[in-house]
Amino acid sequence: MTLQLNWSRAATLLQRLGSVIGLVLLFIVLSIMSPDFLTTGNLLTVLRQVSINALIALGMTFVILSGGIDLSVGAILALTGAVTAGLMAAGHGIVLAAGAGLLLGLVLGVINGALVSWGRVAPFIATLGTLTLLRGVTLSYTQGSPIPVTNSSFALLGGGYVANLIPLPVIWMFIAFAVCGFLLRGTVFGRHVVAIGGNEEAARLSGVRIAPMKLAIYGLSGLLSAFAGIVLTSRLYSAQATAGTGYELDAIAAVVLGGTSLAGGRGWLFGTLVGALLLGFLNNGLNLLGVSSFYQQIVKGIVILIAVLLDRRQ
Amino acid sequence: MSTPLVTMRDIHKAFGPVKVLEGVDFELLPGEVHALMGENGAGKSTLMKILTGIYAPDSGTVEVDGKPATIATPADAEKYGIAIIHQELNLIPALTVADNLFLGREIQRFGLLDHRAMAKRAMEWLARVGMERLDPGTKIEHLSVGQQQMVEIARALGQNARVLIMDEPTAALTEHETNVLFKLIRDLREQGTGIVYVSHRMEEIFALCDRISILRDGKFVGTRPVPGLAFDEVVKMMVGRTLDARFPTRTPNIGAVRLKVDHVTGGIVQDVSFELHAGEVLGVAGLLGAGRTEMARLLFGLDKLESGQVTLDGKVITPKSPNEAIHAGFGFVTEDRKAQGLVLDMSLRENVSLPRVPAHAGLVDRPAEKTQTRGLMEALKIRARDSEIDVRALSGGNQQKVVLAKWLALKPRVLILDEPTRGVDVGGKAEIYHIINQLAEQGVAILMISSELPEVLAMSDRILVMHEGRETGLLDAHGATQEAVMTAATGGK
Repeated sequence: MTLQLNWSRAATLLQRLGSVIGLVLLFIVLSIMSPDFLTTGNLLTVLRQVSINALIALGMTFVILSGGIDLSVGAILALTGAVTAGLMAAGHGIVLAAGAGLLLGLVLGVINGALVSWGRVAPFIATLGTLTLLRGVTLSYTQGSPIPVTNSSFALLGGGYVANLIPLPVIWMFIAFAVCGFLLRGTVFGRHVVAIGGNEEAARLSGVRIAPMKLAIYGLSGLLSAFAGIVLTSRLYSAQATAGTGYELDAIAAVVLGGTSLAGGRGWLFGTLVGALLLGFLNNGLNLLGVSSFYQQIVKGIVILIAVLLDRRQ
Repeated sequence: MSTPLVTMRDIHKAFGPVKVLEGVDFELLPGEVHALMGENGAGKSTLMKILTGIYAPDSGTVEVDGKPATIATPADAEKYGIAIIHQELNLIPALTVADNLFLGREIQRFGLLDHRAMAKRAMEWLARVGMERLDPGTKIEHLSVGQQQMVEIARALGQNARVLIMDEPTAALTEHETNVLFKLIRDLREQGTGIVYVSHRMEEIFALCDRISILRDGKFVGTRPVPGLAFDEVVKMMVGRTLDARFPTRTPNIGAVRLKVDHVTGGIVQDVSFELHAGEVLGVAGLLGAGRTEMARLLFGLDKLESGQVTLDGKVITPKSPNEAIHAGFGFVTEDRKAQGLVLDMSLRENVSLPRVPAHAGLVDRPAEKTQTRGLMEALKIRARDSEIDVRALSGGNQQKVVLAKWLALKPRVLILDEPTRGVDVGGKAEIYHIINQLAEQGVAILMISSELPEVLAMSDRILVMHEGRETGLLDAHGATQEAVMTAATGGK
């Protein structure tokens, strides 16, 4: 990296740092206002809560970078969690159950990708359709009642700790972040994701095969949603048909807060992580301060709007 | 001498550390067509943006009708009667001509749109640009580019514009439309309108304009009356040096048949056949809509080939996607580099390696990628601070070289160029011609679509002429005349 003065890059960097600065400010304010905030226990709890949204948001970042959107992530989370729990309830082992859940998430994502590329359906509509469809499938499958998890080793996946301190989901989150970051910056796949989002026609004319790319991009989003679903099921000891309701919006909010453009072609993965943390700590802080959950929604909405307004380019 | 409509004095403008204008003077008289010339990046657009209230100058004065004027917003510009006709037309395709003419200033009666009054007024306005036969109820999307431009001019005149700025107005026009436009410009001049004509097309400027002002690297070089002015002098003023020649020469090194196209049909393209040799430049001439780009798209796997056969180095190929075409050995420099050639938010390096990212097992080899980019930047004389700059920030000529670099990295066997020098300044054009010649000398087979006849005649070995999707001539470029090409292009024999 050269350290020459580069105005356009400096401006981009400043814009990107906005979310980081926001997170730091929030940290300082909450530390001053609540004595319970800056404790290891509290911080790790928040990280654990954030990890589910972060896993989904990482996949969502790829989708949004490519110029799309995936509204079906919460529904995929619920169905894959239910199928995993259901398979275990039927006596299958962890590996088979979780493997099937992950595979299902991947396949559902690929179906989204197929609708968007081959079916030429707008991503918003295509994934709105699969969102509704999959919610229905999950409700039918569970018959509306939770599927309990009795396997205690499986419960470790979402409820375990490393060194008796760090929750496992937090570890999953950072591993997923590292893998996704490498995928985005270090591979041809990542390069093509950004190119498609920046100018799909130019990418196609340069020989980028758009359809397979979209299958892979939405597939990745489905896979990560499924992973989040399995971790969540494990942590809650049960799978519920309504799990993950509204998670798509939290994930999109994290991506946008992180400075990724909804128009595609411009963004970064670290910002998504920061965005997810920002939302998580905001929630936590408001809880600690005893703000009613009604007002919490209002604050969250305002923060998202401010972030988007600040990010707005001329 | 009459009072100038516009006088700009000692205009300075900088963006951050970059000085874009340094002491530029500009004067426009009533009833004058005044050309504003300069290479891409010379500061023409910035100067015009200051005149139309989009940018504020850092220093300098602007006078309108001899009185100091402050043009801080586009609305101010409109108040002073200054209007700009953009290269990219600013009309809404799904609305009618009348809707567009009155967009934002609709005539109302009792709070409702008064369609009848607007239609009546629209006809008056259209009559002023010689379009009295156009129904104001027609949707913009059904008009040709030339007609749309006339509608834009009508809108400007309807708003009492006395200063019209035209930015490359003929770039997308057919010859006939260009003639219609020129007649209108001359009529407006008679009526006392001042016209600023921004263009790279030297022939047009000499045919149309009264005076030429030239900018170079943000500095004002001078204003000259056109009568008595020599072509070479203008070029010299623009580039600060004399160009060796407008079209560099090439030693023909024509090899075996590389591409054989037999009775290719698809879309509007009907039964086109030709052979393209290694090391040959085959020019493709024709009017707008003759099917030249469509033919290139068929070869490149973008559109469906209905019948016919394509043979590359003796092997029959039927590319069904750009990906397959590229693997077969094709490269395609499209005519619209911003929409189809570049990812503007990506860096120069990332754009150059888009068709094939240097990688091992899917992992990007960053050092190899940088080396490749630097090599191509040097070979093509791409002027950019470094390979990491966003291509958005480059001038038109440098952007076009990035598109070329993209394909050269692949060492294509057949390179299709669609309007390779459109929107590129004189100096940049010469460099691109030089690159084309070098490629041909290296044995690349080149199919060059171009609407600029002098370019086709000078650069090609042979010329394929198309008209309404059909091949109407295959001429030897040596000895071919503009008249011969035009005759074939208009379907004449």
